[in-house]
Amino acid sequence: MDASQAAAPAPGGLVSAGAGARFRQAAEYIAIPLFALAVSAVLFSLFLLALGHSPDEFFSLLWRGGFGTAFSWRNTLQRAAPLVLTALAVAIPARIGLTIIGGEGAVVLGGLAAAAIAIPLAGTVPTLVLLGCMAILAASVGAGWIGLAGYLRHARNVNETISSLLLAYIAIAILNFTVEGPLRDPGSLNKPSTPPIGRENMLAPVPGLEVPWALVAGIAIAIGLHLLMSRTIFGFAARVTGGNPRAARAQGLPVGRLIVLCTAIAGACAGLAGFFEVAAIHGNANAALAAGYGYTGILVAFLARHNPIAVVPVAILFGGIAAAGGLIQRRMGLPDATVLLLQATVFVVLLASETLYGRLRIFKARTPA
Amino acid sequence: MDLDKLSRRTVLKSAAATGLVTALGARAAHAQAPLVVGAIYVGPRDDFGYNQAHALGIAELKKVRGVKVVEEENVPETIAVQKTMESMIQLDGAKLIVATSFGYFDPHMLAMATKFPQVEFRHAVGLWDEKKHPKNAGSYFGYLDQAHYVNGVAAGLVTKTKKIGFIAAKPIPSLLRNINAVLVGARKNAPDATVTVIFTGDWSLPVREAEATNALIDAGCDVITCHVDSPKVVVQTAERRGAMVLGHNASQASLAPRGFVTGAEYKWETIYQGFAGNLAKGEKLPNWVRGGYDLDYVRNTAYGAAASEPARRAADAAIAEMKAGKPIFVGPFKDNKGTVVGTKTYDNYAPELEGMNYLIEGVVGSTS
Amino acid sequence: MSDIATLATVLFAMIGGAIRVSTPFLFVSLGECVTEKAGRINLGLEGTLVLGAMAAYMVAYETGDPWLGVLAAGCAGLILGVMHATLCSLPRVNDVAIGIALMSFGTGLAFFFGKPYIQPQAPRLPSVELGGWIGNAQLAEALTINPLFFIGVALAFFLRWAFDNTRYGLLLRMAGDSVAASRAMGVSVDGVRLAATAAGGFLSGIGGAFLSLYYPGSWNEALSSGQGLMAVALVIFARWDPQRCFYAAMLFGAAGALGPALQSVGIVKGYYFFNAAPYILTLLIMIGAGRDGKAARAMPSELGVQR
Repeated sequence: MDASQAAAPAPGGLVSAGAGARFRQAAEYIAIPLFALAVSAVLFSLFLLALGHSPDEFFSLLWRGGFGTAFSWRNTLQRAAPLVLTALAVAIPARIGLTIIGGEGAVVLGGLAAAAIAIPLAGTVPTLVLLGCMAILAASVGAGWIGLAGYLRHARNVNETISSLLLAYIAIAILNFTVEGPLRDPGSLNKPSTPPIGRENMLAPVPGLEVPWALVAGIAIAIGLHLLMSRTIFGFAARVTGGNPRAARAQGLPVGRLIVLCTAIAGACAGLAGFFEVAAIHGNANAALAAGYGYTGILVAFLARHNPIAVVPVAILFGGIAAAGGLIQRRMGLPDATVLLLQATVFVVLLASETLYGRLRIFKARTPA
Repeated sequence: MDLDKLSRRTVLKSAAATGLVTALGARAAHAQAPLVVGAIYVGPRDDFGYNQAHALGIAELKKVRGVKVVEEENVPETIAVQKTMESMIQLDGAKLIVATSFGYFDPHMLAMATKFPQVEFRHAVGLWDEKKHPKNAGSYFGYLDQAHYVNGVAAGLVTKTKKIGFIAAKPIPSLLRNINAVLVGARKNAPDATVTVIFTGDWSLPVREAEATNALIDAGCDVITCHVDSPKVVVQTAERRGAMVLGHNASQASLAPRGFVTGAEYKWETIYQGFAGNLAKGEKLPNWVRGGYDLDYVRNTAYGAAASEPARRAADAAIAEMKAGKPIFVGPFKDNKGTVVGTKTYDNYAPELEGMNYLIEGVVGSTS
Repeated sequence: MSDIATLATVLFAMIGGAIRVSTPFLFVSLGECVTEKAGRINLGLEGTLVLGAMAAYMVAYETGDPWLGVLAAGCAGLILGVMHATLCSLPRVNDVAIGIALMSFGTGLAFFFGKPYIQPQAPRLPSVELGGWIGNAQLAEALTINPLFFIGVALAFFLRWAFDNTRYGLLLRMAGDSVAASRAMGVSVDGVRLAATAAGGFLSGIGGAFLSLYYPGSWNEALSSGQGLMAVALVIFARWDPQRCFYAAMLFGAAGALGPALQSVGIVKGYYFFNAAPYILTLLIMIGAGRDGKAARAMPSELGVQR
């Protein structure tokens, strides 16, 4: 790791003084992504034209399926919800210089733990208490799982990227073993699952808005973590450690504890994503918990430059493209991989556009601020 | 036994006949706008297996006048499938949703059926229960174990080592039932035959499926069969190793010109044609559709090069038995841990068989 | 079956599994090793592997020549590698992030254009039979080996030697260890990294060709199941040493054969954990070998530097 990492500017972390400069910088952070989106739309249109499809039809379906109707918005936000949490599970460790790619493991174990604690509790305690216990346990188990990767990094020098990935595969094996073995509901015939938490105990969407609670929680946690990382001593110490662990150690910072805490926070976020899957969608734990949200979250986090607030719009963009995928498949007869390709194109261009920051004349102050 | 079945069929027929003319039917009858049917698959439609079998059947629906089919493939068993259903209903105006993967039923399809009572939902395999589930939902299934039983009969006469290898995805009843049916069929003519099972743990894992095929052949199995989403890899690997093959889901005969014996295939088109007929006449679809050889819901792939003359004759006879409704699971029988699990003989329609959670004596393997 | 025969069956299966399953891991991890030695991380080799597998299958099917398929896979990987290197040479563009985006890109391209090739059967790569004389069918099968395996093994040992003993190896390592030193020598760091990432992509593409044209020898969308991502991670496990990449790949292959082999001889309880054996074993080895800091010292120092 290198000191330049700490110096890497992040959107939102603006340090300039004058209001004019601040405005120009904000404009830059809006204009460049929009420009990148336009470029990727042009590139993808060329691709579609080359294959004899109508870009016009494609993008109007994309709009309609992702954002054009009230249902489309609900669809988009629903798909974005788990991604906010799993992206935070990547973004927070990244601030301390760790690359965690095994958030999937915390998602499935968090979900499994939530479903497991519901077996004795469901029906004996009020719904709110039950959901609270499930959420706390899911977050704790997730925290322990990814925290383990952090601990191994600190205590045994085991690279956290590989250990978190290995732990994810092991977690999925534990999930499958448990739902087909010790915790299998005998009534779950062709879809091995844990016993249901009960329809009456399940988490309905936010009344009126029809938005999943997972998204509300994700946004709240994103804001909280942003404040934690930017406004507290803990966050400052974590960023210093991310910049240069050796110097941090020399300064007497508790590097090991910081690493374990950051990875534990990450795991808690991913574990909560698992809790919401169980409490709001499946009503039990089954193999479908390993849906790949943990892996998609990596991309979202990197695109958001590990900024907890930026994670939210990126996840929504991602959710929107995914939500429109079905409509495009059905109406245009294009393969389901089309939206994967569009997502990839958008992301490659967006990431490449980062090279433009600070290099465009119009966003530069004419006089030193 | 026969009475039992008779009554069930009568119920089915009357359910279909007395079906009310629903909003669905009225719309088809007036036939201005086409009736939109949404079909959802968990994998690619051309996988040489489960999804392909369904897609071939759905193709029959497309031929019905006034019916428009919209399809989506690779839809995972998560909230995504709920949103796909909702999208088909909200944006395409679908009036019938056909959900083909096991995991779509509970909670996903049930949630959508509750939310959209004016839309009909039908699910392959799922256990629709009149008392618990919405009236606009339902399930349909072909008893593939009957075709696997025929596979087993043929295998018992071609195997030299008396060991049959079975590559399976997950220990769930509809799959365990197929494994057990192969064993019962094989033991008809080879009483000492065994079936060795390897569970791969998921529906599509090509590398592990190939490894499992090799491991079974190395352990002495000379006939290989499977129950995974796409049997292509298993069939090709077995053919390469010179083992004999029993197919599953769709026809894999072309993949094993030397070793193919026969295969168990769904005939979803019979069921879908039935649905199409109901739709065309404006009838309500039946909620509970089940059947095997007797109703032409399953078939065996045409015999391949490895099917000997005696095997063909025995298999033909077995098919005739199945058509006549002869039961496969004749009691009493034990599971492979020695516990008596079947105290009586089960009719092929017996609901107990849909909850089969054991491997019977003679199968090497464990459900957990 | 006697105990010895059972043990032999499992052991032979693991030897066979190591040889059959290891090759894609080997090619991808060698490719990533070359890339990372030059100071860049390309996390997107999973996408390269999948695109390579599809391209190989398509070309082999259309032309009837599997070796042309292998070449096509290499070229597809090369193009993705060049894309990665070119984008990452722009200032402030993060290599890990671009890698992840290109993972989706490669996978998306492969799935998009691969649909019509799920059904057809492409010709398979030939193999060499080394065990015919033994008289044991299982061992003979285990020793039926694809030439790509030998190429991969030779490459592992060659790369290890070349890193230490050739001018190109030195240039590569210098680009990975110190940009300043490279610049002082008048070497274009971006040029070296471009070559290294392109070569890494080429090798990973070939790893994909092995999957679709030899073992399991079929194209479909579930073909890889994360092998490319795992192989990238194995480079860290192998401490950026090509020879260790080979051992790691062999270990992974052998452990992967354990699950099916145990079930085939009737050891059936807890198969999920036997199937997870490669992951559990790798983690345990890393925990056991940790602490001494060798891994950290072996890491090219320019890796993970954010731009």
